[in-house]
Amino acid sequence: MKMDLIQPFIGSLDAVLSEMMQAPATIVNLTMDNEGYRKKGLAAEVIFKGQIEGHIVLDMDPSAAAKVASFLTGGELQPGEQIVPETVCELANMVIGNAVTQLNDRGFQFKVFPPSLLTAEQCEKAGQDSEATILCFETPCGNVYLNIAMKYHARRARERAPITVG
Amino acid sequence: MRQFEPLTRKDNQPVRYLIVDDSVFARKSLAKMVESFGGALAGEAGDGCAAIAEYARVKPDIVLMDITMPQMEGIEAVERIVQEHPEARIVMVSSVGYQDNILAALQKGARHFVQKPVKPDALYEIIRYVLNDEEVTVGSRGEH
Repeated sequence: MKMDLIQPFIGSLDAVLSEMMQAPATIVNLTMDNEGYRKKGLAAEVIFKGQIEGHIVLDMDPSAAAKVASFLTGGELQPGEQIVPETVCELANMVIGNAVTQLNDRGFQFKVFPPSLLTAEQCEKAGQDSEATILCFETPCGNVYLNIAMKYHARRARERAPITVG
Repeated sequence: MRQFEPLTRKDNQPVRYLIVDDSVFARKSLAKMVESFGGALAGEAGDGCAAIAEYARVKPDIVLMDITMPQMEGIEAVERIVQEHPEARIVMVSSVGYQDNILAALQKGARHFVQKPVKPDALYEIIRYVLNDEEVTVGSRGEH
């Protein structure tokens, strides 16, 4: 997977968390994965289709998610409360939406689908030949994981490629 | 959350908001913001279809509308609300802020666009601009 596709998601996560938690997010680990992603806590998935297709999973420790939700709602919330998973979905929506905006401004066309909470322990691969990049961010509230699995859509990428004549 | 100088209607009533977003969290967060502007929550909806029905029922002063939602997306809902109610004041609030989306929303009748995560100061200024001076007055906390 090309780094220029991943970079907007890193920048976006840092910007969104910095804005919402008033603290930076630091990358502490990066791994590649060929298998389906096994979630670590509360995870939300956003699927997108277009010239680049795939899915992104935002995954947070339940206690970290509760801390973020508490911070954002101004009340003390426990990991089991309904608003906590909602917070993870909305954070995923913001992080991925901001990154997709940057990619779109570079000329890629996307359709983004609303985030959904991952209920299964392991999510399916984005495609047979797709490899996921898993980034672990450290924040004051706990770790946040971003699983990015996307690939160029072959036919649409060809359509987008410049045509040489003469 | 910071308290703003309340925006009130000319009849001294709070500005009434309809908040449309599929995320309960986002709706709660926006509701908290509009309360800090001195506004009142007139209604909520989780998708475009519900937004159309809710608009007709509560006739809000302003709508805060997400774009990416199930059933019917925000841009289509804007088009249908504005067809029925040309006076509708709708501000798009979305994390997906690329030019095509913004342009489409404005062409369908939205008045402004705010990208998530929403900064309360920015939203306050945009609401003030969209409702304009003929519609709202800016009071002080003690008056409201």
